Amino acid sequence: MYLGKVIGRVVATQKYEGLEGVRLMVVQPIDHDQKPTQAPLVAADAAQSGLGDIVYCESGREASMALDEKFVPVDQCIVGHVDEIDA
Amino acid sequence: MQFGRVIGSVVSTQKDPKIMNFKLLVVRTLNPANEDTGSYVVAVDAVGAGVGEVVLYATGSSARQTVQTDAKPIDAVIMAIIDSWDIQGEVVFRKE
Repeated sequence: MYLGKVIGRVVATQKYEGLEGVRLMVVQPIDHDQKPTQAPLVAADAAQSGLGDIVYCESGREASMALDEKFVPVDQCIVGHVDEIDA
Repeated sequence: MQFGRVIGSVVSTQKDPKIMNFKLLVVRTLNPANEDTGSYVVAVDAVGAGVGEVVLYATGSSARQTVQTDAKPIDAVIMAIIDSWDIQGEVVFRKE
């Protein structure tokens, strides 16, 4: 998993079957000091995230495990919100 | 997932029999500022995307998580056609 900051939203009415209602957010991957670590990417949102939230995300095949419909082509997913980072 | 713009399609009669009836599209990767990144992928279309459309695509083994690509040698699949996206509340792209 990796830390991220929600920096945007994507609207796509035409999505793969089973992804209806799944929100898509633009996430900037960050480190524990909130510094960017790589280019922003798009993640499905399984944690009711909002703009500016600090979150943590799952990538790869496991990303879809956080969604209701699991057999869907999703390779990034927000799985939780961060209250605090002690590092 | 990554942003991309469909710039063409691949016609291939001689290929692995497991991927016989797939629509293969050439997708130019875009960054979140809607600029070309110079890289591209050949992706299976799972949502009826056409040339010129801006899409999202998933890669890796997640790309096999569709009914048609399950257990097939596929590592990139187009899974959404984008209407719009915004960064920090500012619309970066909107479909005409």
